[in-house]
Amino acid sequence: MSNQAQNISPVSVPLAAKKKSKENSVWRRLLKNKLALVGMIIIAIMVIFSVFAPLIATHPPNAMDLANSLSEPGVDGHILGTDNYGRDLFSRIIYGTQISLIVGIFAIGLGGMIGTLLGLVAGYYGGKWDAIIMRLMDGLFAFPFILLSIALMTVLGAGLFNVILAIGVANIPGFARIVRGQVLAVKEEEYIEVTRSLGANHSRIIFHHILPNCMAPIIVYATMNVAGAIISEAALSFLGLGVQPPTASWGSILKDGKDFLVLSPHMATFSGLAILLSVLGFNLFGDGLRDALDPKMKV
Amino acid sequence: MSFDLRQGETIGIVGESGSGKSVTSTAILGLIPSPPGKIERGSIVFEGKDLTKLSQDEMRKIRGNEISMIFQDPMTSLNPVFTVGNQIIEVIRLHQQVNKKEARTRAIEMLKLVGIPEPEKRLEQYPHEFSGGMRQRVMIAIALACNPKLLIADEPTTALDVTVQAQILELMKKLQVDLKTSIIMITHDLGVVWESCQKVLVMYAGNTVEYANVEDLYQNPLHPYTWGLLDSQIKSDTVGKLPSIPGNPPDLRNEIAGCYFAPRCAYAQEKCFTERPPLVEVSLEHMVACHFQTADHRLKREGGEASE
Repeated sequence: MSNQAQNISPVSVPLAAKKKSKENSVWRRLLKNKLALVGMIIIAIMVIFSVFAPLIATHPPNAMDLANSLSEPGVDGHILGTDNYGRDLFSRIIYGTQISLIVGIFAIGLGGMIGTLLGLVAGYYGGKWDAIIMRLMDGLFAFPFILLSIALMTVLGAGLFNVILAIGVANIPGFARIVRGQVLAVKEEEYIEVTRSLGANHSRIIFHHILPNCMAPIIVYATMNVAGAIISEAALSFLGLGVQPPTASWGSILKDGKDFLVLSPHMATFSGLAILLSVLGFNLFGDGLRDALDPKMKV
Repeated sequence: MSFDLRQGETIGIVGESGSGKSVTSTAILGLIPSPPGKIERGSIVFEGKDLTKLSQDEMRKIRGNEISMIFQDPMTSLNPVFTVGNQIIEVIRLHQQVNKKEARTRAIEMLKLVGIPEPEKRLEQYPHEFSGGMRQRVMIAIALACNPKLLIADEPTTALDVTVQAQILELMKKLQVDLKTSIIMITHDLGVVWESCQKVLVMYAGNTVEYANVEDLYQNPLHPYTWGLLDSQIKSDTVGKLPSIPGNPPDLRNEIAGCYFAPRCAYAQEKCFTERPPLVEVSLEHMVACHFQTADHRLKREGGEASE
């Protein structure tokens, strides 16, 4: 980038056109990428589904109608059929989007914030702080996620908040590692030394100078890991550890569907498809975001 | 090493790579990373305060405010994710109790002062939209934003091309007169020293070997290392191979008993390898560290020759 900048004569550049050029070029590159666009559309649809769930859903998600249980898709106004209690599958999947998005975003937000903070401290101060924090992270990494969640759920009890907590905690070490690595590189940059020579204190250097220079990989990693968190939530709900019935979650629909796989495969198929599409959406978007933010970057 | 500097004066610190020029400057600002670095002894007195005895908090108030530094490479000295204006405003607000608007006005003033056209617009631009020379101007604006009393310039022109170098030196000279700043000019370019300094300190392997006024050093250099530096400059009558000082600076991890320069010195005698010469004043305000360049004994300088 610096080579290009050198060739541009500073005076002759049309100033208005160059303003905010950085943000613009990221958007342009993102929109040019077809797959990222697909990912963006999927995410947009998910957001619309969760925000307007009451308007989009054709039936109340928890209203049982045992007379019409396990009906085929398209019968009696049930777009995707009904489940074993006669609840409208389409409406349940729409409401399930809410749970998936909330868990995905908040869990990654939680894990990302704590992980980033730990990574910043470990990378910036180094020495014993680095050793203590990173060994703790290694320990957390070595712990199987499901086991960790079961332990947490047993102590705290199941529920939406605890699902977010469990998945969030499981995501801390990944962020800590990525951020620490990034900090190690950025803190050696000369502009950090310059900032120090100008009298900035540690917290200012960390949060105002190092953190913004680490944002690109953090954003990409977070986007990709929302997909992971959605799978995790589905897995926990599938095991009965997640959101409790009758609240609709893709994982619990899948679990119910599993028992009727032969009789009426549409339950497991559609809930599985929802999980697949949402994960695909976030992964494609994350991929595109990575390419758009920095073509040379590897996560 | 030891030197003093009065208000509005410029001192040049010269020496080849690895002779400890930059360490000196970072030591003044208290920025030597510790561990492993540590100031073992000595003092740095700035306006009556010993900087080595100040706490980190007190040092922070001095950095950027009373003592600033300009770095070697303007391409990497600016934070790429912030606008140039942001970075000037930051240092102003760090040290002065002003609101954003006042700081912005001051930033525009600073950009104007360092000769950047259309400062209001340039303020909103990112470092990658500036050329090398323009960035160094921005760095100078940042360093001078709080009217420091001392400016440390660590090879401020090394990374720039020659025409821009002259502009930057000219600018620094002009600003020094306007703002009455003292400057420590770290460089390995003797031309820069002749241009801009009043005093010069020649360093070799972390020690001062010669310390004099610029005219004095130019007319009457005394230390063999200084001779070597002078001989290895390109002059208008240079023909053929450029003379150089044979060998490399010593590895300071080894104990060296004698003069650090002795192994590379054409005039070295036995005494030079066993006893370290002290820095003595051989004539008025002219200090040299050499056994054979004293008040009553002089070496005869031989022309520098090209060596392999």
